[in-house]
Amino acid sequence: MKTRILGFVALTAVAAMTGIGLFVVPADLNQGDAQRIMYPHVASAWLAYLSFGVTAISGILWLWKRDLRFDAVALAGAEIGVMFTAFAIWGGMMWGRPIWGVFWQWEDPRLTTTALLLALYVGYLLLRQLTDDPERRATRAAIVGVVAAVDIPIVHFSVEWWRGLHQTATIGSPDRVLNPAAPMVFVGTLLGMLGAFTLAWGYLMIRRYQLARAEVQREEAARLDRLMSARTAEPAR
Amino acid sequence: MTDAGYVIAAYAVIVGGLALYTFVLWRRLRAARGRDDEAR
Repeated sequence: MKTRILGFVALTAVAAMTGIGLFVVPADLNQGDAQRIMYPHVASAWLAYLSFGVTAISGILWLWKRDLRFDAVALAGAEIGVMFTAFAIWGGMMWGRPIWGVFWQWEDPRLTTTALLLALYVGYLLLRQLTDDPERRATRAAIVGVVAAVDIPIVHFSVEWWRGLHQTATIGSPDRVLNPAAPMVFVGTLLGMLGAFTLAWGYLMIRRYQLARAEVQREEAARLDRLMSARTAEPAR
Repeated sequence: MTDAGYVIAAYAVIVGGLALYTFVLWRRLRAARGRDDEAR
């Protein structure tokens, strides 16, 4: 019931922030309407980091505690993280074409490392399909999830470390939260969109975790069935 | 395409994708729970 309420609140918040981002906040003086894309784009990118961070921490916890519930959390984080990374890339492309003149540029470190992040976690999801053994799958996935997470700080700091098309962070450090490189009306809308997307993220994480647990229980039941059938099929000695 | 076109394309895919994923997840979860109930 509580999850349903969270889902309803998330839905309302995303709808409200979409309306505010599209129709209420004024257009940017320099970028015009294209700047409106920043709200869902930045929120998606931050939630992708959070999702993959959860996957890495849950992977470590699985390797340590050997509790399959951590693997279910890791799977939820990876799948939802892939979705938010794809949203961030799509939003960035739709913003880049009118502002930069190109959808994509491989020479840009932020764009390229983000594409790599997406590929790494799509690989993580594919790797999970290779075995039916839940424990072996969890161990392999945890190792890949932890190694792939190395790319998260590289993506984030790529704009500081290397030169490229992508601008540096608007709110990249604590002092910039109070003194951001953008008017407060834009920053407030960005934080509002981030809040709305985070509510949706929380709802989806819970539901994806529940699905992962149900799937593991079904797999276990099927495995036991197979074992029982094999035993009854054995000729009596 | 105009700026507005890019804005609509961005929001349609992101917000629409979020809604679609939520719906698909809800259906998958319902199907999985239905199978569990049948098994019991």
